[in-house]
Amino acid sequence: MTDGPAPEKLTKKDLTADHPTWCPGCGDFAVLAAFYKILERRQLPHESIVTLAGIGCSSRFPYFVNTHGGHFIHGRAVPLASGVSLARPDLHVFLFGGDGDAFSIGGNHLEHGARKNINLTYIIMDNSVYGLTKKQTSPTSPVGFKSKTDPNGAVDQPVNPIKKLIAAGATFVARTHATQLNHMSAMMERAMDHQGFSVVQILSECVEFFPGAFDAGNPRKGGAFQLIEEKKGDGTPADDLRHDLSDEVAAYQLANLPFPGRFGVFYESGRPTKNALEQKWIGSTRAKLGEPGALEVLQKTFDRMK
Amino acid sequence: MTDSHPKNPPSESTGARADLRPEHIRDAVIRLAGNSQDGIQSAGALLARLAGRSAQEVMTYMTIPSTISGGPSLFQVRVGTGEVFSPGDEADFLVAFYQHSYEDNIGFLREGGVLLYDSDNVQPDLDDKRFVLVGIPITGLTVEALGGTAKDKGKNVFVLGVLAKIFNLAVEKLERLLREKFGGKNESVLNTALMAFQAGYACPVGNVLFTRYQFDPSQDTGGRAQVTMDGNQALAYGLIAGGVRYGAAYPITPWTTVMEILRSELPKYGGLFVQCEDEIGAVSMAIGFSYSGHLAVTGSSGPGISLKTEAIGWATMAEMPLIIVNVQRGGPSTGLPTNVEQSDLYQAIFGGHGDSPRVVLAPSTVEDCFYVAIEAARIARKYSTPVFILSDASLATRIQAFDEPDLKSVMVECQPDITPRAAGFRPYPLDAITRHAPPGTRMLGGVYPTVTGLEHDEMGHPTGLPRLHTAMTAKRRNKLQKLAEEIPAPEVFGGPDGDALIVGWGSTYGPIHEAVKIAREGGESLSALHLRHLNPLPNGLEKIFAKFQRIIVAEMNDEGIYGFGQLATILRARYCDQKIRSLNKTNGLTFHVKEILEGVLQ
Repeated sequence: MTDGPAPEKLTKKDLTADHPTWCPGCGDFAVLAAFYKILERRQLPHESIVTLAGIGCSSRFPYFVNTHGGHFIHGRAVPLASGVSLARPDLHVFLFGGDGDAFSIGGNHLEHGARKNINLTYIIMDNSVYGLTKKQTSPTSPVGFKSKTDPNGAVDQPVNPIKKLIAAGATFVARTHATQLNHMSAMMERAMDHQGFSVVQILSECVEFFPGAFDAGNPRKGGAFQLIEEKKGDGTPADDLRHDLSDEVAAYQLANLPFPGRFGVFYESGRPTKNALEQKWIGSTRAKLGEPGALEVLQKTFDRMK
Repeated sequence: MTDSHPKNPPSESTGARADLRPEHIRDAVIRLAGNSQDGIQSAGALLARLAGRSAQEVMTYMTIPSTISGGPSLFQVRVGTGEVFSPGDEADFLVAFYQHSYEDNIGFLREGGVLLYDSDNVQPDLDDKRFVLVGIPITGLTVEALGGTAKDKGKNVFVLGVLAKIFNLAVEKLERLLREKFGGKNESVLNTALMAFQAGYACPVGNVLFTRYQFDPSQDTGGRAQVTMDGNQALAYGLIAGGVRYGAAYPITPWTTVMEILRSELPKYGGLFVQCEDEIGAVSMAIGFSYSGHLAVTGSSGPGISLKTEAIGWATMAEMPLIIVNVQRGGPSTGLPTNVEQSDLYQAIFGGHGDSPRVVLAPSTVEDCFYVAIEAARIARKYSTPVFILSDASLATRIQAFDEPDLKSVMVECQPDITPRAAGFRPYPLDAITRHAPPGTRMLGGVYPTVTGLEHDEMGHPTGLPRLHTAMTAKRRNKLQKLAEEIPAPEVFGGPDGDALIVGWGSTYGPIHEAVKIAREGGESLSALHLRHLNPLPNGLEKIFAKFQRIIVAEMNDEGIYGFGQLATILRARYCDQKIRSLNKTNGLTFHVKEILEGVLQ
C-alpha cells in the first residue's frame, strides 16, 4: 500500500495490509478472504471500519487488514471492543479471535458482552487447539484429543459455543465452516447487519496441530455440511418443521446435535442493545436538564454543595 | 478546643440554668460514636456542611464497619476558625449513643473534655472526674418528640439539635440544610427531622452544662464561597472538570462511590460510565473508550488494581492515555477493606511485567483530589500515557470544605480528534510523542494505523528487531523524563533549612503539617515537603534535601526488609542519600500528630 489520494471505491487492494503470518493451508486465510469480500460488497466508509482482536493465531487478524485496528491482550478484546462501540456509534466494530480467547481466558467477558448486547460483530475462528503455543488442549478440543498438555487424550468436556452464547444472551448466533466460503460470507454479512451482539463461530482448521478436525462437516472430505432450515413464514405445512430463529429452546436443541451438527443461524433476537438503552438514558437525562453545557451542569452541582 | 477548655466539673452542674455562659473557642473536635445504622454519618456530614457554609475550616474522619448493617461506627468532625490540618488526635466532645460507644471511645476524649451520653443506654463511670459528664435521655426524648413509631430513628438529628445549642450554631442554616437533605423525600420525613432537631435544640442542657461555646467568627477572606464534599466526590468532579466523559469499573470499597457518582453524573454531560463484569473487563473497556478518542477512567482499590495490571501494561506499550484511580486500603490481598494504608506505591510505579513506565500522582487533601484529577487528565492526553491517581480510604470519606473552584478557568472540553491525517502519519514516531488517530479518522495516505501490545515499529507493526525494542523502550521512558522537567519542585513548609525535613505524600499532609506547625511553635527546626508527583519525581529535590540534617519520610506502609518505607526506598535509590530515613505506620489508621512529633523529634 503506497501513500496516495483516498480511493474512490474500497477494494481488496485498499484493505490489504501485512501478509498473514498463518501457516500455509490455515483455515483463517479463507475467513480473511470472506471479510475482504463483504467489505468490498458493502462499501462502508474506510475510516469507520475497526478491526480488533485479542491474542492467538487468528487474533493477528488486524495486522492483515488495512483499517483502524487494535491488537489487545489475551481474552479481553470483548470489553475493549465494547468501549469502542459504546462511545462511537459512527463506527463498525469487528472483533476477531480464536476459541481460547473467546471460550477460555475470555469466557466471562464473552458472557457479559452477550448479556449487555453490545452492538458489535464477533468472528470466532475455532480450531479446537492452541496453535500459537504449538498444540495444547483448547476449551473446544474434543474428549480424547491428544495434545502436549493431554498426552493421553483430553478428559475435560469441551465447551459447546452455541449453547454458551444462547444462554448468555447473544442476540445473533451463527455457525459456519471455513471451507464453505459463500455460506461463511453470508453469515458474516448477516452478523454485520444485526443490531446487537452478533457472533459467528467458524470452524477453521489448524492444519499444523489439528489436521482434519472438521472434515466431518466438509463434503469434500466425505463429511456433511447440513444447514439449518429457517422458517419462512409462508404458512405451508413444510414451514412448521423449519427452525424459528426466535425460539431459544429449539436453538438449544439444534446446538445439542452431535458433531458436526448443523450450520447456519441458530438464534436471533431484536432485544435492544446496551448502546441504544444507554443513549436513551443519556438523551432523556440531558433533555430533562434542558441540554445544558458542561460548565453549567458542574456549576449547579457545586452550588448544591455550598 | 485548643484555646480554652470547659472549666466546670460535673459535680457543680446541678441547678437549673436557662442560659449557658458563652465561651469563645477557635476549634473543636466532636466525635459521634454509635452504630452504623444510627445515621451519625449524616449528622456529622450536616455539621461539616454547616461549617463550610460558615466559611469555617472543617475536616472529618469516619470509620464504617465492613458489615452491611450494625456494628460500631464513628464520625468525627473538627471545625475551626483558621486552618484545620487534621481531624484531630483527641476529641473535645464525645457523643456516646451506647455503652460500647462510651467504653471504646472514652480513651479518646481529652482530659477536661465533655462526654455527652444517652442516659437511656449508657452508664458512665460517674466517679471519673477527668471529664465533664452530660447525660441526656436521647432515646427517650427522641421518641417523645416523634412518637413511638420513630423507634431509634431521629436520634442523630436530635443530637444535632443539642450540639447546635451547645455550640451556638446557626440554626436557620442548619434547618435549611435539613430541608435540602430531607426535602426531596416525602414531607413527613422532613417534618420528622425538623421536629427531632427542634426537640434537641430545646433540650435543657443548661441543667448540666454551664458553657455555651462560641466559635470565633472566621476571617472571611471575601474570596470564593466554600464547597463541602468528601475526597471521592472531589475526585469524581475533578475528572469531569478535566474533560473525562467515559469510564468503566467494578465495585470495591473504598473506590465504589467514585463510580457511583460518575455513573449518575456522566450522562448529564453526554458521557457514560459502565459497571463491568470484573476488574479486567473494566480496564479493557476504559482502554476501548480511550482508543476511540475519549480519554477514560477506570478505578479500584488494591486487589482490583492487581487484576488490571496486564491491561495497564498494554496501555503503556500501546501508548494509550488512561486514568487509573486507586483508592488505597490496607493490603495485601483482601487485607483491611475499610482501613487506610499507603502500601500500593510500588504497585503503582512498578506493577506489571516489563519496563513499563507510567505517571503516578497522589492528592494530599480533599480539595487536592479535585485538582489532581484535572492534572491527571491533562498529563494523560499530553503524553499519551496511563496515569495513576493514588488516593486512600481516609481521603475517600473525609469531608472538607474548600474554596469553590473557578470552574470557568479549570474546565476542559474534549472531543475525539478525527480530523483527517496526512499521508505518512505514524502512530509511534521515534522523534515525537505519540498522538493517536482514533478510529473514524480518514487517513489521506490510505494507510490505517494499528495500536498494539506487541513491540512495534513506527507504524504499529510487530517487530522483534533488537534496535527497535531499545529505541521504543527509550521512547516510552523519555516522555516521562520530559514530563519531569515541567513539574515544579514543591514548596517547603516551615523553613528552607534546618534539623529535619519530613517528606510525605498523599493523605498524610494534614497530620504532618500540623506536627510541623506545633514543633516550630515550640522552637524546633522542622519543615515538611509534600510530594504530589511520585513518578516521575520533580527535578531539584536534591537541592532541598541538602539543606537539612535529616530527611524523614513519613508514610503509612511497612519499613520493609531493609528498613525503609516505599517512598523512602525510591528516594534513596534516586538520590543515594544516607540521610533519608523512614517513619512508618501500619495499623490501618491515619497518623496522629503526636506520633509524627514523637517519631521525628525523639
